[in-house]
Amino acid sequence: MIPLSWYLILSAVLFSLGVLGFLLKRNIITIFMSIELMLNAVNLSFVAFANYWNTHVPPGQTSIIPLSGQVFVFFVMVVAAAEAAVGLAIIIAVFRTRETLNVDRVNLLKL
Amino acid sequence: MIIHQVLFIVFGIICVAGAVNLLVQRHPINSALSLVVVMASLALIYLLLGAEFVAAIQVIVYAGAIMVLFVFVIMLLNAGAEERTRGSQVALFVGVPGMIALAATVGWLLVHSGGQLGGVTISSSSFGETHQIARLLFKDFLLPFEITSVLILIAIMGAVVLGKREN
Repeated sequence: MIPLSWYLILSAVLFSLGVLGFLLKRNIITIFMSIELMLNAVNLSFVAFANYWNTHVPPGQTSIIPLSGQVFVFFVMVVAAAEAAVGLAIIIAVFRTRETLNVDRVNLLKL
Repeated sequence: MIIHQVLFIVFGIICVAGAVNLLVQRHPINSALSLVVVMASLALIYLLLGAEFVAAIQVIVYAGAIMVLFVFVIMLLNAGAEERTRGSQVALFVGVPGMIALAATVGWLLVHSGGQLGGVTISSSSFGETHQIARLLFKDFLLPFEITSVLILIAIMGAVVLGKREN
């Protein structure tokens, strides 16, 4: 038996590292990977709570479906895959016009 | 049950180490490979939570498809090591302390009163098996599931339009 708070702390640590990467990194691809790290951290808390509700559904709360947390993770992964495809296409388009991946040099919407 | 906790601690440490390495490395390909480490160890943590299907698609979709796309783009653009430029300092001097304060607050709350939440175990029942998720997905969540197919179609068209050369 592992306390639920351990999973939540791991999730919070991963999310904070993702935010720090988003703020501090200057390479647009690494910034994009930090966003994926944040999505993964949120997925971890979804799965942990899905398992938690399986055994801790309060009496009278029949509307809670314990497995819906895992279904949510499925939807988050679908959205992340779509986001990765579009985001990387945008990165390629930006690189084609600017010849750089540094976000400090990308400060105009249109050249 | 002690083996359960040991496995959680080992893979949690690997996870955090991979995430820290993602921030420390200056070359994007090293960051991408440490993100693969994070995702693979997260898949093992999902297995500890009894989520077999989620662990499988974590490896197939995230560590497989999405990270291959990342590595492909890094190699396509021939991305070199990150340049050190001094742009806006707002993120460094406001964002980082704010983030650390937020993480410390959440961590303190969880350490302080997380014991009331109780614990998580691998249940012996068939919780998290693929056929149960399939039943939920095609019964209770049928409409969102169908809408995601439209979302993916739009994403494919967007990627093709954005990736096309203008001439």
